[in-house]
Amino acid sequence: MGLSTDQIPITDTPFEVAGRTLRSRLILGTGGFPRLETLADAIRATRAELVTIALRRIDPAARGSLVDVLEECGVELLPNTAGCYTARDAVVTARLAREAFGTDWVKLEVIGDERTLLPDAPELLLAAEELVADGFVVLPYTNDDPILARRLEDVGCAAVMPLGSPIGSGMGIRNPYNIALIVERAGVPVILDAGVGTASDAALAMELGCDGVLCASAIARAQDPVAMAHAIRAGVEAGRLARGAGRIPRRLHAEASSPQDGLADLTPPVA
Amino acid sequence: MIILNGEPRERDGATIAELLVDLGVEDRARGVAVAVNGEIVPRAQWPRHHVDAGDRVEALTAMQGG
Repeated sequence: MGLSTDQIPITDTPFEVAGRTLRSRLILGTGGFPRLETLADAIRATRAELVTIALRRIDPAARGSLVDVLEECGVELLPNTAGCYTARDAVVTARLAREAFGTDWVKLEVIGDERTLLPDAPELLLAAEELVADGFVVLPYTNDDPILARRLEDVGCAAVMPLGSPIGSGMGIRNPYNIALIVERAGVPVILDAGVGTASDAALAMELGCDGVLCASAIARAQDPVAMAHAIRAGVEAGRLARGAGRIPRRLHAEASSPQDGLADLTPPVA
Repeated sequence: MIILNGEPRERDGATIAELLVDLGVEDRARGVAVAVNGEIVPRAQWPRHHVDAGDRVEALTAMQGG
C-alpha cells in the first residue's frame, strides 16, 4: 500500500454498536437547530448515520415534518428519553418511542435536576435494567463515573455515554482522567455525550480512547452550524487518528529534535 | 371531558384515531405514539380504543432533541 499525494490510506476498525456497524463515529443530536434546512445541511456535513430525537406532544401548528427531513437525509433515529426524572417515566417514554419509530434503540436519559441536567444514577441504572430486559438496545447518558459505567455495562447496556460536562454547557471534558478510566475498563463502546463546545473537545474525547462522540448544542447553537458540523467531524477524525498513531509521552524538559552530534565549532580564534 | 395533551376537550367516547385527526395527524401516522393515563395504546388499537371521561391522553411525536 503506497501513499498518494492527496490521500493517505488509513485502516480503522469498524465502529460497532450492538453488532451494527456505523460509518460515522459522530452521532448528531438534533436539538437546538433554528431551522430544519440547517439541520439537514449539518447532518450532511457531519456524515452522521445516527441522530437523536425527542418525543413530545404533537403541535398542530408545527411546520414541516422532522421525521420526513431525517428520512430524506437517510439517517437512522435514536430516540431519547430527555426530560424524564424517574426510571418509570423513562421506561414508558422508551416504549412510546419504540411504538412511534419502530426502533428498539434508545438514548436513555434520567435526569436528576433541571439546573445541572446531570443523570440520576440510581434511577438510570433501574431504567437501564428494565429496558434491557424488555429487549431494548440501551445507550445510557451517564456521569463520568467509571463505577457507574461498569454497572451499566453489567446490566446489559450496548454502550456507555459519559458526559464531558453538563448538557449544553460547552465546557468540554472536565475530567479527562475519568473518561480514560471508563475507556480502560469498558467492554462496550464509550461515546462521549454532552459538554463538547468545539472541535478540539471532540478530538480530545477520541484521543482519550472514546469510540465515538454525540454532539448537539455545539453544532446547533454555533454561529455557523454547518461550518461547526464540518469542524467537529474533522475533530472526531483527527482525534481518532491521533489515538491510533500513539502520541509522544509528555516530559518536563525539552528533548532536541536536531542531532546533538556533528555541531560546527564556531569559536572565534583567541586574540 | 378528557384531557388531550394537557388541554381539556369535550371528546368523551371518541376513538384515539379520531383524536389524532383533531390534532391534524392522519390516522396511523408515522412517528406517532399515544398513551392513555400513562399506559401505551398500541397503534393497532387506535381505531377501536374509545376514551372515557377523565382520561388523560398524550399524543406524541418526534421533536428536535439532543
